Amino acid sequence: MRGAISPAVAQAAGAATAPLDVSLRINGTEHRLSLDPRTTLLDALREHLHLTGSKKGCGLGQCGACTVLMDGMRVKACLSLAALAQGREIKTIEGLAQGDELHPLQASFIERDAFQCGYCTSGQIMAGVACISEGHAGSPQDIREWMSGNLCRCGAYDHIVAAIQDAAAVYSSTQEG
Amino acid sequence: MTAALIGKSVSRVDGRLKVTGAATYAAEFEVPNLAHAAVVRSIVANGRIASIDTAEAERAPGVIAVVTHRNAPRLAYQPHKGLPDAAVGERLHVLQDDRVNHQGQPIALVLAETLEQAVYAAEVVRVTYRNEAAATDVAGVDPVLPTGKPAEWEIRRGEPDSAFEQAEFRVDQTYVIPRENHNPIEMFATIAAWEGDSLTLWDKTQWVHNVAEEIAAVFGIAAENVRVISPFVGGAFGSGLRCWPHVTLAALGARVAGRPVKLVLSRREMYYGVGYRPHTVQRVALGASRDGQLQAIRHEGHQETSTYEEFTEALLSATRFLHACPNVHTRHRIAPMNVHTPTYMRAPGEASGMYALESAMDELAVALDMDPVELRLRNEPDKDEFKDLPFSSRSTRECYRAAAERFGWAQRTAAPRSMRDGRSLIGWGMASATYPMNYAPASAMARLLPDGTAEVMSAASDMGPGTWTSMTQVAADTLGLPIERVKFTLGDTNLPRAPIHGGSMTMASVGSAVQAACRKARDEALGGAGANDLEEAMKLLGQAIEATADVAPGDETKRFSMHAFGAVFVEVAVDPDLGETRVRRIVGAYGAGRVVNPKIARSQCIGGMIGGIGMALMEHSAVDPRNGRVTNANLAEYAVPVHADAPPVMDVIFVDEHDPHVNPLGVKGLGEIALVGVAPAIANAIFHATGKRVRELPITPDKLL
Ligand code: FES
Ligand code: FES
Repeated sequence: MRGAISPAVAQAAGAATAPLDVSLRINGTEHRLSLDPRTTLLDALREHLHLTGSKKGCGLGQCGACTVLMDGMRVKACLSLAALAQGREIKTIEGLAQGDELHPLQASFIERDAFQCGYCTSGQIMAGVACISEGHAGSPQDIREWMSGNLCRCGAYDHIVAAIQDAAAVYSSTQEG
Repeated sequence: MTAALIGKSVSRVDGRLKVTGAATYAAEFEVPNLAHAAVVRSIVANGRIASIDTAEAERAPGVIAVVTHRNAPRLAYQPHKGLPDAAVGERLHVLQDDRVNHQGQPIALVLAETLEQAVYAAEVVRVTYRNEAAATDVAGVDPVLPTGKPAEWEIRRGEPDSAFEQAEFRVDQTYVIPRENHNPIEMFATIAAWEGDSLTLWDKTQWVHNVAEEIAAVFGIAAENVRVISPFVGGAFGSGLRCWPHVTLAALGARVAGRPVKLVLSRREMYYGVGYRPHTVQRVALGASRDGQLQAIRHEGHQETSTYEEFTEALLSATRFLHACPNVHTRHRIAPMNVHTPTYMRAPGEASGMYALESAMDELAVALDMDPVELRLRNEPDKDEFKDLPFSSRSTRECYRAAAERFGWAQRTAAPRSMRDGRSLIGWGMASATYPMNYAPASAMARLLPDGTAEVMSAASDMGPGTWTSMTQVAADTLGLPIERVKFTLGDTNLPRAPIHGGSMTMASVGSAVQAACRKARDEALGGAGANDLEEAMKLLGQAIEATADVAPGDETKRFSMHAFGAVFVEVAVDPDLGETRVRRIVGAYGAGRVVNPKIARSQCIGGMIGGIGMALMEHSAVDPRNGRVTNANLAEYAVPVHADAPPVMDVIFVDEHDPHVNPLGVKGLGEIALVGVAPAIANAIFHATGKRVRELPITPDKLL
């Protein structure tokens, strides 16, 4: 993954933290921030921009709760330094719905009850959107493999797979129609 | 008149918030002027802090303060024991002296302007220790009876020893479950803000009122001065029942810094800062006659606990009543060690105890050459033989029948290694499940507004089971209003008190309180307006009507033994060369009383099944026996089920069960029973597939080769 300098490495690099001016393009809006260079994209979103829809479940790239789209590709925001996300188009869960109208995958998550506590949900949905656009949602088995980087401790997997299948069907029908 | 809402599969009322990222969890509240905290934790399991050098940390950019036992304010730590606290012992006091009781104990708190600055400064606090010998290997600790009446820990009926000796068929085996961590995906977090002597905590918890009372006792202030807000909980599975030391640290930090403080545990800290399911060792001896009648059950078990608190769980409870047997002996002991105190983890006690009991039952079925379902049916009791009370309802037979039929159990060939699919060894196994019906005092308030809407509230929690939704359903159903007109609120100590969000008691307790408050409000409104229709009555009255109701159990526990029951059937495929087990199908049938929302209830049950797959095949907090350190304290090395581990077929059956005795709503709870029985069913299926009986979880490939 591009821009993946481990935050742990960056933080251990020392105490010198002259703030860095960073410009981040998130959900179509440009945000200018002055950040500690060690700030991850996830912490920039959550702690500096109060876009808390992206979740932190580990900060180590192990759970997927922080998944966002960067130039359309799914990335773990906890493994990306904010400064290196400059110039990229970042999409978070907050930017997925069109006004009041939910994205088909958001709607199918509700319909299929594809969550319990909801904490992994943003990451599941962002990864699911990518999973569909990558063409990895052809079968339940495909979805299971390609979604395995997103943990759900509530164990909603069965319903998440169903929700992704439903949304993938909506996509292909709109594309064919 | 609106259609009945209780029993309907409505979508979650908080679903939109959750799929748009707008649901606000503890660490996500926008509090101005926030400072960030990071914790320094001990790297020894027992001893004293010899020196602690904070100079470099204090000089680091952005640091506001470094708090250690040397400069921390002395805290009151008044006596307080909430329901989830160990009955015997004293909670850990943080930063009050140089004593280290366990690996990972908080020994310093760094407060800084930003998270990065706090984390960096915490790394440069230098500590030396005076090490003392530590008991950190559960195998090396002699178990003892917990403090209290021995009769509570050792229970006997009949003549278990001689009955076992005389039994024609016998099984006597030891089963081990290692320490497991809850690992909710949301890490624990607290934001603390003082205003004079009043404290507000935004906290991840399963019981807001207990947090307020505990923190009030720790700081020596009145509980009314502590407000706890916790509308969304990103999973907890028991880990949020207690109020853990980090909540104290956050409040202490906010006091020292003189401004609000946010403290979020790291994933690694989740293995030291909150409790875990304790390591257990259980020996089960079963004796039976040739026709499969149980003649003796001896079940003894012990579990790890800390040196400062005696944590115990209901490890052996189910053994006393699940199967009929005239001669039973159970003995529960603890192994105090230099570890932090364990806690309740989903189906605490039952999940562990039933793994041993139901594995032993399977071993007995093999010894008898009898179908394991038949063995259970032959030992189906007609009452609770331990309490000598009738069951309020018990649908075990129906659960075995329904699940076996759906599963196709009749096609099973009994001999191990007799079923195959290509190279794979196929195994079919089953186990029983049970969990007590818990119903505790609860309060709720209903406010009817002139515009025909209603606000209903109780300080309950929702860590995922759907409290927001199910309570809205109960309220709307009781009021006869469309569901969109009812707004339910939870998770705030300003609301009427609810019991702990655990032990599968929320639906029974809070649900009954919501129903009672809504009935009362509705009766008042209709009576006051002299109308038959609530919306019309509210229009006529032109002002709000409020009613509060408190519910509490009556004497039903004296008259009935009340439990949910279930049966779990599993198909596994084991790779004979690699020893890898895949769960292909799970069918669970549950007799759990009334089901308020089948759609959400199914989520809870498949979640329990996934948890059971983790317990059976993957989960293990690997404690280094030399020093008590958890060697896999992260989500890459502590394996939990991922998407690819979910069985392609998961089937949940709720058998029809009407129980008028348990509580006004007739519900028994589902959260815990959904986990019980899964691990033994998988272990039994693996035996059937391979002919190997693995008696130590998790059943990883190395144990099958
Ligand atoms: S928070 Fe980024 S993967 Fe867990
Ligand atoms: S819904 Fe709770 S972790 Fe996935």
